[in-house]
Amino acid sequence: MHRIHILVAMDAHTISQGARSVKDALVKEVALAGLADDVRVVETGSLGIYDKGVVLVIFPDAVYYVGVKMEDVSEIIAEHLLKGRVVERLHYLDVPSVEGEMGEKSARICKQERIVLKNAGVIDPESIEEYIAQDGYEALGKALTEMTPEAVMEEVKKSGMQGRGGAFFPTGLKWGFAAKEKSDEKYIICNADEGEPGTFKDRLILEGDPHAVIEGMALAGYAVGAHQGYVYIRGEYHMSIARVKRAIEQARAHGLLGKNVFGSPFAFDIEIREGAGAYICGEETALIESIEGKRGEPRNKPPFPPSVGLWGKPTIVNNVETLANVPQIIRRGAEWYKGIGTAKSPGTKVFTMVGNINNPGLIEVPMGITLREIIYDIGHGIPNGKGFKLAQLGGTTGGILTSEHLDLPLSVESLREIGAGMGSGALLVVDDSQCVVGLVKNFVEFFVHESCGICTLCREGNGRLLEILERMTSGLGTAKDLQLMEELAQTMTRGAFCGLGQAAPIPIIGCLRYFREEFEQHLDKKCKTGKCSFEAADQAAA
Amino acid sequence: MTDYTAVDKIITSYAATKTPLIYVLKDVQKEYGHLSEELLTRIAKKIDIPLSEIYGVATFYSLFTTKPKGKHIVRCCNNAPCYVKDSKEVLTQIKSYLGIETGETTPDGLFTLEFTSCLGLCAVAPVMMIDNEVYGNLTPEKAVAILKDYKVKGSSNA
Repeated sequence: MHRIHILVAMDAHTISQGARSVKDALVKEVALAGLADDVRVVETGSLGIYDKGVVLVIFPDAVYYVGVKMEDVSEIIAEHLLKGRVVERLHYLDVPSVEGEMGEKSARICKQERIVLKNAGVIDPESIEEYIAQDGYEALGKALTEMTPEAVMEEVKKSGMQGRGGAFFPTGLKWGFAAKEKSDEKYIICNADEGEPGTFKDRLILEGDPHAVIEGMALAGYAVGAHQGYVYIRGEYHMSIARVKRAIEQARAHGLLGKNVFGSPFAFDIEIREGAGAYICGEETALIESIEGKRGEPRNKPPFPPSVGLWGKPTIVNNVETLANVPQIIRRGAEWYKGIGTAKSPGTKVFTMVGNINNPGLIEVPMGITLREIIYDIGHGIPNGKGFKLAQLGGTTGGILTSEHLDLPLSVESLREIGAGMGSGALLVVDDSQCVVGLVKNFVEFFVHESCGICTLCREGNGRLLEILERMTSGLGTAKDLQLMEELAQTMTRGAFCGLGQAAPIPIIGCLRYFREEFEQHLDKKCKTGKCSFEAADQAAA
Repeated sequence: MTDYTAVDKIITSYAATKTPLIYVLKDVQKEYGHLSEELLTRIAKKIDIPLSEIYGVATFYSLFTTKPKGKHIVRCCNNAPCYVKDSKEVLTQIKSYLGIETGETTPDGLFTLEFTSCLGLCAVAPVMMIDNEVYGNLTPEKAVAILKDYKVKGSSNA
């Protein structure tokens, strides 16, 4: 029995800062110190602390160390493990999730409520036993032995959970459409093609707690009558792919996937499909095309995937975060879930705080939290003494929020009222040294790159928007450009073929609403932030 | 004359997979470096999909390439979260150090410079990816130092 556990965060952030060699050094030096029977060094998912180098936590003390380097390992062992003294220079107090005997609470803990991230950074994601020890697969067992498929679906419907991919469509309702269809085959797809700029929640869920997603998929399969699932993961997410692959193998070995799940007649298995680099494949019908081995171009809707999806069969496409919520809802009940968040937006939401913010990273908070709490209490405000200019919520297609929205409770319904949305949960904080015209140009560059090209409004519309913005940022813009940009943006929201083209102009419309005078100043070759250079225009005029 | 043994073997290995084209292209590219016309023609014949369709897929996804590339692929992110952390300055410095524009390969064949869309490492923005390694919290100086390392390693291997 190990008395002490050292959990080393192993996610793409920490690995890029040398987590692997620190972990290897720990294992080696623990053994050298003769502590191998007492101390176990474990790899875990993200501990919710970012940009602080290698992060580890020692239990049962719950002491967090950040910025750990190879040369610190022997000091941690000598001081903390042998003498019981905390190494203060590496000690980190603003910890995200757990409390221990020596740990202290912070705003970051108090404001958070963890459902989908409850295991991330707590268990070894490569061990199915540890997931099971945290009540893992209990929901699936309960469903298969005590509940009918209808009862599982009813519970999800009653919980009021909405899809976390960005559209917030009621999950239970979507399942109901597929359940009604008569078909020899149905499919469950987990959409892990996370590509929305600023978003990395799905990756950290997959890296930190892959079994929760597998269990959620199996529950969805049971509810709608599907026997095959696919996890469509971005090709660039090497570690997510490896962890999910391993989790699937373990689940099969434990009889939790396969012909007779939990010894019941229910059969369900999962296969991974890797993406090959295309943002548009996050759109569910484009994703289905991609699994079918084609160009990832969206399909005409209707018919919607729950009726006609993968290989023409009824198909449910759910986001990673949605599926990771499902086991908790089944295990603890719809009433429990409805008690979290707001009346119309139950549950929690995982946000990624990025951009000009002191404490970037991943948080899970109840719906209804304010922007001010996220940016200032949890995120520690804006660095370098700069002021808050705007926030973009939901990724690059997200709406624009300004200082007048700091105290707005964030929920699906409140955001809808101001023409914004929660989207993927990416919260990009932008300080007042940034030029809004340059920022919008950056958004449009992204859409020009990622438009799949099948519809004219998105392909040409984004191209023309970029030309206009290039003129504006170089001092060649005219009043007509501004008018054209506005008209084009409005037309695209109404006429583009799929969600990408329709949503692409949303941030432009938002920025024009709140920062119109900055656009107008650029027509007079003025950029108050000094980010734009008008030399070319001056030369042309001379 | 291209040796197709590996292509045929890859296709056979996916015999049990429904619609495996993307996997086949990925593995063939890994084996041969890029997806040349001859390779695509061979795949088309073997799995009975029109060459035009396969070409369409090979040119749609950004991880596929139909042209030879450098030994190391440098992918820089300039999406909004990196952009507000000054990724443009990093990119400008990388371009001037390598002496190429985005989409080009250095004359010595060591580096190809590309854009990548968000890698989800925004907490340590700005970031770049070289082959499968990611580098975060970049400054123009840090980025060049990392590239120098690859250059030294590259020339000592040669």
